[in-house]
Amino acid sequence: MRILRCGERAALVEFDSAEQVLGLFRGLRAEPPDGVANLVPAARTLLIGYDPETLDFSRLADALKHWPVATATADHAGELTIPVRYDGEDLVQIAEDTRLDVDEVVRRHTAAVYTVAFCGFAPGFGYLTGLDPALHLPRLNTPRTRVPAGAVAIAGGYTGVYPRPSPGGWRIVGHTDEIVWNIDRDPPALFTPGLTVRFTQVTE
Amino acid sequence: MSRTYLNVQRTGPLATIQDLGRPGMAGLGVGTSGAADTTSLRLANRLVGNPEGLAAVEITLGGLEITMTISSMVAITGAPCPATVNGHAVDPNTPVWLPANGTLRLQPPSHGLRSYLAVRGGIDVPPVLGSRSTDTLSGLGPEPLRPGMRLPIGPPEADFPAVDLAPVPAPAVAPILRVIAGPREDWFTSDALTLLCDQPYRVGSDSNRIGLRLHGKRPLSRRIPDELPPEAMVLGALQVPPSGQPILFLADHPVTGGYPVIAVVVEADLHHAAQVRPGQQLHFRLLS
Repeated sequence: MRILRCGERAALVEFDSAEQVLGLFRGLRAEPPDGVANLVPAARTLLIGYDPETLDFSRLADALKHWPVATATADHAGELTIPVRYDGEDLVQIAEDTRLDVDEVVRRHTAAVYTVAFCGFAPGFGYLTGLDPALHLPRLNTPRTRVPAGAVAIAGGYTGVYPRPSPGGWRIVGHTDEIVWNIDRDPPALFTPGLTVRFTQVTE
Repeated sequence: MSRTYLNVQRTGPLATIQDLGRPGMAGLGVGTSGAADTTSLRLANRLVGNPEGLAAVEITLGGLEITMTISSMVAITGAPCPATVNGHAVDPNTPVWLPANGTLRLQPPSHGLRSYLAVRGGIDVPPVLGSRSTDTLSGLGPEPLRPGMRLPIGPPEADFPAVDLAPVPAPAVAPILRVIAGPREDWFTSDALTLLCDQPYRVGSDSNRIGLRLHGKRPLSRRIPDELPPEAMVLGALQVPPSGQPILFLADHPVTGGYPVIAVVVEADLHHAAQVRPGQQLHFRLLS
């Protein structure tokens, strides 16, 4: 674990794995030290935002070195199931590029148990880890200028659902009617870091 | 008591509603947003007796023209826009009485970039996730101002303002922004931080509320060529894409990013960054 200074009011904690990030994230979220204002998990790091009047970087770094870092297990918040119509624009190409047939791609996407590692890129966009290694493909060479809300997509080791229409470079496997981002709901994001997610196939 | 409304007659290049943003939700992919120059926003609010965090109008390069349905107290801060009420000149950085249906007109400022118009009672559009700020990256919050829009004004606080004129220094011509090294200074060559602080940077014309696109004579070189797994980004961060030319993140910056941040500008100097225009120069100074 490395603890890096990030401006006057944040520390960036770097780990080797997403599981370790979530472990510290859950621990700090459950019992935040005085002065911790904000927790932002990401692929291999956890940003800890703090109030510099209450906490300083060295004291925080010391506290973190002695923090019990649990490797993340299942989140007690439960499991989310996302119904998907596997009719994605890129599904056929994914099948070709992975040398699997379309049914096998779908089977492998629905078989896995995913964890929301972090959110970024747009409000409510969760990066889900746990994608079958056979489905790991790079982003599209040319991103689309418009991906619809509800598009279920994969890139690298991640899968995700686009919360609203936006440009996007991920490969689309299908679409869901689940509203993953709704500002009138509390919390507005369906995907929150640490949550367990599964995808199921629906035909209509 | 009947409601006061602000009627938008004209806008310049960009006018948005801003308050102090929606902090604390970066974990959900929601950026803080808010006024690019929080110092000027807070002053504008204090001048009209508002709590500092009420929503005001952030005006880029002047051009705004408005009327109020009921006589109102307003104040203009930030980049100095020559301002008139019904054709008569009024001063910035002081409370101004705007009579009902009188026209307040702001010309483009001679220097600086962003001005703030606060109205006593605050702009009272419905908040989104606790803030009335327009996030130009994610689209959260109210729409940018356009002619014909009618903005409701909130009820005023009981106390009357105590400040009647605030002396404010003019925006710096070539500001020096202090930076704290890291978190990824070790991703760059050993001379990169020195180079960052030695050479002037010109502000590019593609700069906006997301960030300043900066151009220095010599690009910053990487020591570690790998892709950076996406990590959280902070306000004031100097993120360096493969070009070696840094982007200085402002209010609407992305919450995560895949390019290393070499240093972060201190909060106290960010208001300079919010006021520099394309073509202007700035310098960085390393804080140890």
